[in-house]
Amino acid sequence: MSEAKLMKGNEALAEAAIRAGADAYFGYPITPQSEVLEYLSREAYQRTGMIILQAESEIASINMVYGAAGTGKKVMTSSSSPGISLMQEGISYIACAELPCLIVNVNRGGPGLGTIQPAQGDYFQSVKGGGHGDYHLIVLAPSTVQEMADFVKLSFELAFKYRNPVMILTDGALGQMMEKVKLFPQQPREDIIQGWETIGKPEDRPSNVITSLHIQPDKMEEINLHLQKKYREIEKNEIRVEKINCDDADYIITGYGLVARICQKAAELARDKGYKVGVVRPITLFPFPYQTYFELADKVKGILDVEMNAGQMVEDVRLAVNGKIPIEFHGRMGGIVPTPEEILEALEKKIIGGAE
Amino acid sequence: MNEKALIEEDHYENTNLRDNTIVVDENIVYQVPKTLKDADFHYCPGCAHSVVHRLIAEVIEEMDIQSETIGIAPVGCAVFAYNYLDVDMTEAAHGRASAVATGIKRVLPDKYVFSYQGDGDLAAIGTGETIHTCNRGENILIVFINNGIYGMTGGQMAPTTLVGMKSTTSPMGRDAITMGNPLKITELVAELPGTYYVTRQAVYKPNLVRRTKKAIRKGFELQKDKKGTCFIEVVANCPSNWKMTPIESNHWLEDNMIPFYPLGDIKTPDGRAK
Repeated sequence: MSEAKLMKGNEALAEAAIRAGADAYFGYPITPQSEVLEYLSREAYQRTGMIILQAESEIASINMVYGAAGTGKKVMTSSSSPGISLMQEGISYIACAELPCLIVNVNRGGPGLGTIQPAQGDYFQSVKGGGHGDYHLIVLAPSTVQEMADFVKLSFELAFKYRNPVMILTDGALGQMMEKVKLFPQQPREDIIQGWETIGKPEDRPSNVITSLHIQPDKMEEINLHLQKKYREIEKNEIRVEKINCDDADYIITGYGLVARICQKAAELARDKGYKVGVVRPITLFPFPYQTYFELADKVKGILDVEMNAGQMVEDVRLAVNGKIPIEFHGRMGGIVPTPEEILEALEKKIIGGAE
Repeated sequence: MNEKALIEEDHYENTNLRDNTIVVDENIVYQVPKTLKDADFHYCPGCAHSVVHRLIAEVIEEMDIQSETIGIAPVGCAVFAYNYLDVDMTEAAHGRASAVATGIKRVLPDKYVFSYQGDGDLAAIGTGETIHTCNRGENILIVFINNGIYGMTGGQMAPTTLVGMKSTTSPMGRDAITMGNPLKITELVAELPGTYYVTRQAVYKPNLVRRTKKAIRKGFELQKDKKGTCFIEVVANCPSNWKMTPIESNHWLEDNMIPFYPLGDIKTPDGRAK
């Protein structure tokens, strides 16, 4: 039975972790996501026996995740931009060792210590790898508090389906703002043993080893080819994208996460002025919905990409349309959230004005 | 027995070891533990790692806990420990073995979990994890091999390199003023309330090997008490990077390492300490 509650994004995400039957959370406080650790510390163990541990650093957190994920448990961590940077070595190990887990990044303004305000400057870091070597996380970008909760469950499903780390890439505004959320019912905590876990070796099987070390180049290439094959499979099966009023559109505004909602408002304002504007919102950032943009490029005159960074996803949008139509960018940085009015202005100036 | 005798073929000439006629059940007093995989160690001749690996394997076999044990390999010479120890193992990032062990033990609190780490791994890059794991009193065993040098990367100065000791990054000998003093991390973790059993051992003499084995067994057994971290340092040699023969390195270890890193229990569950 689902129930509606008014909740902060971070708290909805934490509540969803308990309800998804997560076994453990390892984390370290950092604004603007500390509510996740706080909420779980208050609620989780008493309700489901979920292990909550405040580590001494993000480096320790992600390595605790690595160890615990290696036992086949449902394990997660959360942090914000600088903390996620610290985790990158561990994430690379987890990706290579193919361990399922959830990493939440409540993106804040950077670079450096930056600000504690919402931003999307971690797009590249999240979807292109982030740490060393060739790997991908599955990256989900919620745009509502509802999705902050729902994507936790989805993340664990995808993580275990592909034995791949999943990231929920959200931002400080979604983490902090309150909205109505319908929570899915409590799932049991259950062990799903697939055979690769390090849980103690019975006599009748060889020892399981979790490692990302393959010192022979041909073996390491084989591992890489295997990973790439998996990523192609994920690209084939898991693309999620929302198209709003695109059927009759002459122009598209695109953005992910919170920005997509502001783009929607801007599109409404544009329609009030007589422009036929639709919105494309990628829900999975990896795999990215290249085909959606590619197809739209035959129907629309231009796309305005809006992000809370200096222009990161726009590179993928440009790749997708391959020069067929103009792609322009509007971005705010440092923790500034763009308004619908300024997006409309950018659309009129850079796309509509430019196209006519 | 000297090194020459060990490598000379005719040493065994007059024994019946060669034709295996004495290898019958009633004569077996010592054999390869079933918890060691059928693989040749990659370690250099004379290196303590092989001995300590074997001791861990023996203890796991004797306690009959192979199916309940999970090990964590470090980055360092022992990175391939999982090629030899026949238990489930996870290979950790450099320095993070005790955090990985924490993650495993927290979700599988009734299993035996041990990390196996060198001095660079445990006492330099992983100092934070080591201190906090011990301070939280995670119910794991940490086996710490201290040979005062970075072996795998080719003999650079370690946090435990003695003052005056030469390495590729302290070619004139470690200078305490510019390079800092060797870190006695074992004494340091013994001060933390989370540690339950802290001891320093060595394996360069047969009686010391036996003592180290007893310590390792204790380190595994005490996990059942769930009262804190067991920490065993093994002061070890590194013939290749110390640029000595195995026997020279053991003499050097006894004359130089042991005075600075004295052997014995530092903290025991019954409160006795050195």
